[in-house]
Amino acid sequence: MSWIRITAAENIPPREGRAVQLGGLELALFNTGDGFLAVENRCPHGGGPLADGIVGGTTVTCPLHNWRICLENGTVQRGCAGGAPPVRTFPIEVVDGIVMLAIDEARIAA
Amino acid sequence: MKRLVVVGNGMAGVACVEQILKYRHGFEITIIGDETHVNYNRILLSSVLAGEKSADEIVLNDIDWYRANGIVPRLGVRVTGIDTAAHVVQGSDGSAIPFDKLILATGSSAFVPPIPGVDKENVHVFRTLDDTRALLEKSGPGRKTAVIGGGLLGLEAARGLQVQGCDVTVVHMADTLMERQLDAAGGALLGRKMQNLGVRVLTGTQTAAVLGNGHVEGLRFASGEEIRADLVVIAAGIRPNAELGRAAGLEVRRGIVVNDYMETSHPDVFAVGECTEHRGQIFGLVAPLIEQGKVLAAAVTGNRGPVFTGAAPAAKLKIMGVDVFSAGAIDDSEPGVEVVRYEDAAMGVYKKLLVKNNRLHGVILVGDASDDHRYKAWLSEGTDLTPHRRHLLFPPPAQDAGLDVAGIPDGETVCGCMGVTKGDIIHAVHEHGISTMAHLKDRTRASTGCGSCSGLCARLLKAVAPEFEEDKQKVLCGCIPFPQEKVREIVRSQKLRSVQDVLDIYGNGKGCEVCKPALAYIVDVVACGGHEEDRSARFINDRVHANIQKDGTFSVVPRMRGGVTTPAELRRIADVAEKYSVRMVKVTGSQRIDLLGVKKSDLPAIWNDLGMPSGQAYTKGVRMVKTCVGSQFCRFGTQDSITAGIELERRLENLYTPHKFKMGVVGCPRNCAEATVKDVGLVGNEGSWQIVVGGAAGKGVRKADLLVTVETTEEALEAAEVFFQYYRENANYLERTYDFVERLGIEKVRKETVYAPPETRRALLDRLRKSKDKSYDAWLERLDPRPTQFVEIQPMETITA
Repeated sequence: MSWIRITAAENIPPREGRAVQLGGLELALFNTGDGFLAVENRCPHGGGPLADGIVGGTTVTCPLHNWRICLENGTVQRGCAGGAPPVRTFPIEVVDGIVMLAIDEARIAA
Repeated sequence: MKRLVVVGNGMAGVACVEQILKYRHGFEITIIGDETHVNYNRILLSSVLAGEKSADEIVLNDIDWYRANGIVPRLGVRVTGIDTAAHVVQGSDGSAIPFDKLILATGSSAFVPPIPGVDKENVHVFRTLDDTRALLEKSGPGRKTAVIGGGLLGLEAARGLQVQGCDVTVVHMADTLMERQLDAAGGALLGRKMQNLGVRVLTGTQTAAVLGNGHVEGLRFASGEEIRADLVVIAAGIRPNAELGRAAGLEVRRGIVVNDYMETSHPDVFAVGECTEHRGQIFGLVAPLIEQGKVLAAAVTGNRGPVFTGAAPAAKLKIMGVDVFSAGAIDDSEPGVEVVRYEDAAMGVYKKLLVKNNRLHGVILVGDASDDHRYKAWLSEGTDLTPHRRHLLFPPPAQDAGLDVAGIPDGETVCGCMGVTKGDIIHAVHEHGISTMAHLKDRTRASTGCGSCSGLCARLLKAVAPEFEEDKQKVLCGCIPFPQEKVREIVRSQKLRSVQDVLDIYGNGKGCEVCKPALAYIVDVVACGGHEEDRSARFINDRVHANIQKDGTFSVVPRMRGGVTTPAELRRIADVAEKYSVRMVKVTGSQRIDLLGVKKSDLPAIWNDLGMPSGQAYTKGVRMVKTCVGSQFCRFGTQDSITAGIELERRLENLYTPHKFKMGVVGCPRNCAEATVKDVGLVGNEGSWQIVVGGAAGKGVRKADLLVTVETTEEALEAAEVFFQYYRENANYLERTYDFVERLGIEKVRKETVYAPPETRRALLDRLRKSKDKSYDAWLERLDPRPTQFVEIQPMETITA
């Protein structure tokens, strides 16, 4: 696990998400207005780009079919009844105005 | 006939007279008031200041009420003296008014602390309608305003002034806000919430001087620090107006002393309201004053019996969208007091109960006061809490919807302001066959004070009335629990310009995919495009101006007005399709060309290469005008549908609408471009145009209703514009015209659009032009995109596995 520098914090406006590709993994980074959160950029329903969803507090709603995902723990808050696996979450921090992500190298390759 | 004179035309005095009228009183009644206005609801002055209500809307009894009840109003007259021996009051106009019985309801005045400089210009108090009007006149955007006093009245003034655009600072001597009603934690939570909403709060700050040369320029504090202020409001408390009583020789301490029957020390003189002192206590909230009036009415009409025994202080209010309720004791250091509390800082909710001898002793609620009636009942009845211990902070889940209503005893007061009990309401429902809230308000006055009990009254009415009529209102969403109509009214009256402001003040501060796009639309249409655009509140299509597809790619549809294009445009479209490897080129049902499977990052370059405006095929907005060939080429064409269609599209393009908005123009009734199943259609005839609205050819098919028939193309365009703007302003978000027209009925739509008075039509057109002037081709945002709007973020470092 190592922390890597991603981008200047102002590149992610408040209450919006942005996508970033790291190796084989696409992440969605969110600025909730109160802090930053990161999840895999893939809705467990139809693979929709979560980074393009509408943010409400610490949740995001997938733009394709309105599944709602909790950005703090990746769980599906609204979707199919059968229950879908949670979305992967990643530690994220802002240091000196730079968004930093903690990434397990093995996971990127996977 | 005996003469009854009432000094004071405020809420307490007039409410007391209302009670007297219920008896066979035999009085000739005169009410003397020093304000020139008829009786109004003082509690709602803050709503007038905040622009939510007009002065007319807070009138409690209009002049007809005085006449109908044989009451002589003497308004604008100040009583200067009372001769109790001769039974005469002297008026400032030189009149001498004789009385047999006298009621003093002189109220209270704002307390102005002796700070050097408080007499400067633009230093105001906030107590009367005239004060409110003066503040409205002097407030305005950017005006630096200081409110001295962070109690109930000061915070309401601060909120109103902020709505008027002022830059507001609240200066408060105690360490936390509203310390008479809230404990330190509750006051601090309220303070933080106010700061978040943009009101500066300085607690533990004593004002030492008002600075300025003639008119106020700032404040100096005891610490020596200074702030700038061009307007100062003093809300440092109220003092009973007891001087008149003192001069008349009545027993007066802080207020005019009354006994449990509201009698003063003189047998023919009574007193009621804020000017009184009862068992050493002074009352400033409306509920106990109404109670006093009932007792006094009985005593003065010879029905002496009911007694006033005081009241536990209770206050419920909404400050900047934050519900606050406080009742009973607030000091938790008393021996034997247990504290039960709940705090969720993120949700902004704080609840604290003080329990003594297993009885409720005091309660503070901030952020969620929905449960107040339970606590009020526990307090006033001294309920043993043993069976409720597991559900002190939150009520047990209701087994049936009527349970909370069923649980209220008949004698319990439901409307604290007007002193209406559950029993009163049930009686009135049966007596008068009440079935609507409006009727209930009219009959019982319940929920006409502060209005905080209206939800409970509605639930009670629903449970009791055999023919209850539900208000046909649906709330926008759980994040902002108001019907859309109410939200539009709030946005308009509060001059809110951004989605986040609406959510912060009237919602949960967060929002979701349901309410945010709706609010984004509402702030836009209400401000005629002069809102603060917040892209985070828009669906992805409206952030990148393209339609997201199932694989996360986008589709691009350039605008071709009226479905007319040129060889040069077609060449550019073909070139773009090849250059960017567009996966499919498709002709749409609306006479446009769709380029499918485009990457988000390619969008700005594609728009640039196309050199055509956005067709807005991705948004809840003006889509297109579909046309037939018309009289330019068609053998049967009677009107030039292409020219009219292109002009219609030019006039309305780039505007947002509650839902997508499609139009069609046809040159003859053969209807080749299907204008009668569009939101707006123009159907050409020989020498005239029919304008049809509310058509659909989607999930359901609906033939459009005829709005009007006109002679010229210009008239036809204008009728379409008037309807278009009317729909924009009055439809709910996501309501298509076919639902909108059906909901309102075409007669009403006609009456309020094409048949409306000229000034109404002109106003609709003016607002449309204003919005149009602010609108622009969304694809021009390629020149000035938001950070990383189209391009994927490139990581500053990469790691290799």
